[in-house]
Amino acid sequence: MNPGRARVLGDDVNTDYIISSRRKKDSLDPQVLRHYLLEDLAPAFAASVQPGDILVAGRNFGCGSAMEVAVTVVRGAGIQAVVARSFARTYWRNAVNNGLLALTADTHGIAEGARLDIEVDGQGARIRVDGGRIIEAEPLPEFVLAMREAGGLLPYLRAHGRLM
Amino acid sequence: MTSRPATMAEKLLSRAAGRPVRAGEVVVCEVDAAMGTDGSVPMALDYLRQISDGPLPAPARREKLFFAMDHYGGLSGERALALQQTARGYARLHGIALFEVGEGIGHQLMIERGHVLPGRLVVAADSHAVSYGALNAFGTGIGSSDFAGVLACGQVWLKVPASLRVELTGQLRAGVSAKDVALTLARRLGADGAGYLALEFGGPGLAHLDMDDRILLANMSVEMGAKAGLFPFDACTRAFLAQRTADDFQPVAADEGAGYSGTLALDLGDVVPQVALPHRVDNVQDLAGTAEVPVDLVYLGTCTGGRAKDYREALDVLRAGGGVAPGVTLVVTPASESIRAELEQQGLLEEFRAFGATVQAPGCGACCGTCGSAPAGGVRVVSTANRNFKGRMGNAQAEIFLASPRSCAQAAVRGTLGAGEAA
Repeated sequence: MNPGRARVLGDDVNTDYIISSRRKKDSLDPQVLRHYLLEDLAPAFAASVQPGDILVAGRNFGCGSAMEVAVTVVRGAGIQAVVARSFARTYWRNAVNNGLLALTADTHGIAEGARLDIEVDGQGARIRVDGGRIIEAEPLPEFVLAMREAGGLLPYLRAHGRLM
Repeated sequence: MTSRPATMAEKLLSRAAGRPVRAGEVVVCEVDAAMGTDGSVPMALDYLRQISDGPLPAPARREKLFFAMDHYGGLSGERALALQQTARGYARLHGIALFEVGEGIGHQLMIERGHVLPGRLVVAADSHAVSYGALNAFGTGIGSSDFAGVLACGQVWLKVPASLRVELTGQLRAGVSAKDVALTLARRLGADGAGYLALEFGGPGLAHLDMDDRILLANMSVEMGAKAGLFPFDACTRAFLAQRTADDFQPVAADEGAGYSGTLALDLGDVVPQVALPHRVDNVQDLAGTAEVPVDLVYLGTCTGGRAKDYREALDVLRAGGGVAPGVTLVVTPASESIRAELEQQGLLEEFRAFGATVQAPGCGACCGTCGSAPAGGVRVVSTANRNFKGRMGNAQAEIFLASPRSCAQAAVRGTLGAGEAA
């Protein structure tokens, strides 16, 4: 994975903060919605995102609604991964289904703008911070790796017909 | 099944997976029923389009599917109506059961029409699918891609959750409701205290909780991060279902000695009225100890607080208090048409109207800012809903407090919330 710039957020960033429900009634297009990413939490954030950025969050990232635009807008903005101390379960599964890398790791001490190198393989995932210390992420379950390999849930279903 | 004692969550997902499964495993399950809304189905159809070239594939198991037009209404805007029309078109083409605009909130309709049965796996592309756990079903929220997967093959992948046992004893005091219990749990567990867990409610206190109470507790389990909020099957469940379905079902009970991640003990008699302050569901205090603030809008509705009992309790307080304080807007949005009709027949809606309330069509209403009335900037809302995130009701400059129907009605009567409340 290409190195990315850390964009640091706090705990309990809910899906309504990632993208307001009121926006998705006008469009589901990530290229439209990306302009409203985190608008109620950090109004200047959307304009500052660069392709390849990595979201770094605290606990319970993506809590609240199961709305999937909260994942597709992040991908649509060009963000390549989200690393959080923990995820709300629907956010994590929506990320997996969409091929957005969602890693659970101890994100304490990662500074805004830090350079992150992420390496994922069958054994787990590691995040190198500013070319120095390495943070181990929780390994991804086998089924999740298989889906990731396929490019997400729907490409997986296209290839296999069923989940099992 | 293996001989090792299992939790309710493990047993429910073992049945759905067709083999014994344990907490921590990622498994593929056949779903027994699935509900999608106008907020999630259009995107699911976009995903479904990725599966094959050409026209949208037909659903694998149409008889298990339900589409609810509950998040958008006539005033949600042209584009929302177009999204709704997309969902409606697919449902009509393939004979999928459709709950139309005004019939009510999908979760409420799934429950009251007997589509959620004990022992089953019932998913919905909406986070409050956890409500179904009240009926001893494994109810959990999924996204639009998962819903597309259910359309395509009737299956869903799930990680089997460990369970946290919530041991209830005692009985609620007069004036205290299940909403206060849910807020107490949010206060004790925090917004992620049940992350990746199933809450399994048990204990002698259950005997004093009716089905409305159980639906509310299951419904708000997701506000603590839970994957499901499960209740055992008992006489209350049996009586509720007797009027709604003739179908067979097989309830599950946790085994004696099943392994839990922990136990949270709660004496219902210790619960006092609670309030969640902006902008966090777990930012909860005793209502009596909260600093007094003026209130502009009181909202009674949603899949959490829009059932007949909620309105009866709110009305009791409005009658006793002599009506709504000047300057307070009171909005009533019943969770379903049958609830609305029941209130109408009993003359209760007329009473609400006489108190100056605006009665809106059944549905999700103002809860998530996609239909119904949105608060203006600076407005302070007290609501029976489940979430008070900044911007949740469509305006980030409004403040949302969450409380029980009685406490909401009390705020409407006084025009204020907080200090001075009767203990």
